[in-house]
Amino acid sequence: MGESIMPQLKKAAKKSLKARENELAKTNKQLEILNGGLFADGELPFFKDKISEIGQFPLRPKPLEILQINVGYMCNQVCEHCHVDAGPDRKEIMTRETMKQCLEVIRNTGAHTLDLTGGAPEMNPDFRWFVEEAAKAGIQDFIVRSNLTIIRANKKYHDLPEFFKKHNVHVVSSMPHYTKGKTDKQRGDGVFDKSIKALQELNAVGYGLPDSPLRLDLVYNPSGAFLPSDQGALEKDFKKALKEDFNIDFHNLFAITNLPISRFLDYLIASDNYEDYMYALVDAYNPAAVANVMCTNTISVSWDGWLYDCDFNQMLGLKVASKVKHIKDYNEDILNDRNIVISQHCYGCTAGAGSSCQGSVA
Amino acid sequence: MADTYYNPADLRKFSKITEWSEELGTKFFDYYGKVFEEGALSAREKSLIALAVSHVVKCPYCIDAYTKDGLQRGVTKEEMMEAVHVGAAIESGATLVHGVQMMNKYNKLSM
Repeated sequence: MGESIMPQLKKAAKKSLKARENELAKTNKQLEILNGGLFADGELPFFKDKISEIGQFPLRPKPLEILQINVGYMCNQVCEHCHVDAGPDRKEIMTRETMKQCLEVIRNTGAHTLDLTGGAPEMNPDFRWFVEEAAKAGIQDFIVRSNLTIIRANKKYHDLPEFFKKHNVHVVSSMPHYTKGKTDKQRGDGVFDKSIKALQELNAVGYGLPDSPLRLDLVYNPSGAFLPSDQGALEKDFKKALKEDFNIDFHNLFAITNLPISRFLDYLIASDNYEDYMYALVDAYNPAAVANVMCTNTISVSWDGWLYDCDFNQMLGLKVASKVKHIKDYNEDILNDRNIVISQHCYGCTAGAGSSCQGSVA
Repeated sequence: MADTYYNPADLRKFSKITEWSEELGTKFFDYYGKVFEEGALSAREKSLIALAVSHVVKCPYCIDAYTKDGLQRGVTKEEMMEAVHVGAAIESGATLVHGVQMMNKYNKLSM
């Protein structure tokens, strides 16, 4: 089934949905699917009803811990599962002016973690300036989500490991599998070899070594229509294989569930896996994960400064339900007094051990 | 009624067997869950054994379930196919070892 449609999907996935003028590039179309079909027919319960059973509706935030900033959707890769629909053809890039507004917030926030993401955040022309300025704010944990291949993509990025080290950046990188076949299938030909090389370079400057303060964590997303299993067991397998085969060290593995939005939703529908995947997510619903879903301690900022409950809501165009909707008007107290916007994609964060940008939550 | 004996959607309804015999159904699922827990064998090893047995008992539901389970655990397709061959080898071995019975009988009946 999946196999037969793969060549077609691979060919199509060289451009973003947006560039292909695919109807799923429109957020209202995605929301129509997530709110309709199985859920409208009563086959599966709405997320709202499910969390009402445990008194968690409306979902409310806890004190802010993580400020996640998306500095642009441009990326050197076009991964099949990408929920951002990122790629070289995406021109949405955060300006220095918006970065200045973000810095103002970073200097005053109560959050202990700053998390820069994209696209490939390094492709923003003001990325280095922004990191240098943000690092001065002395935030406890400063994460950059790097796709690894960017380090090898062009000479101007070769010194990124040293740059990250200089600013004590915590590097979090995607690595769908420790074998070449599975990695390249999801992320494109040649990605595995480049990622391995980049990891070795990060190790060479001290990242990811046991007891090293230079944190290097990997993110695992399933490469297909299935959920991740136990994060600890996967971490053990990844550590053993990457060490034995490539002498690579890293700290932790975060297992992240693919949410049924954007390019992953397109893949699920095209491969006739959508219904089964939604059943699997709902079946795996874990009430214990609800209390710790990342939208309860995170604010997500888009390239143009709008505020969202999480990166997924950002991609669905679901802005925060608060008087404060833009970074220029940022006020943490007002923002924290809001109801979190939910839809059926939220089942992705409550399945099994739960899922967040920091991995399992339950 | 479906016009085929096997319907993929029925796998999702497996737990419903408990509705018609709660005690036995519950005991079975408790046992089943316990069997697949991490033990002297890892859950990953158990998943591969289950995949091999699924093929030997030719259960389409089990094959779907343990292919997916293997993918979730990061099992590679090479590992999965080797597991299937282990099942197939035992199954064909079980047939072939009866060849000795045939030989014994042949020899007994022949002058």
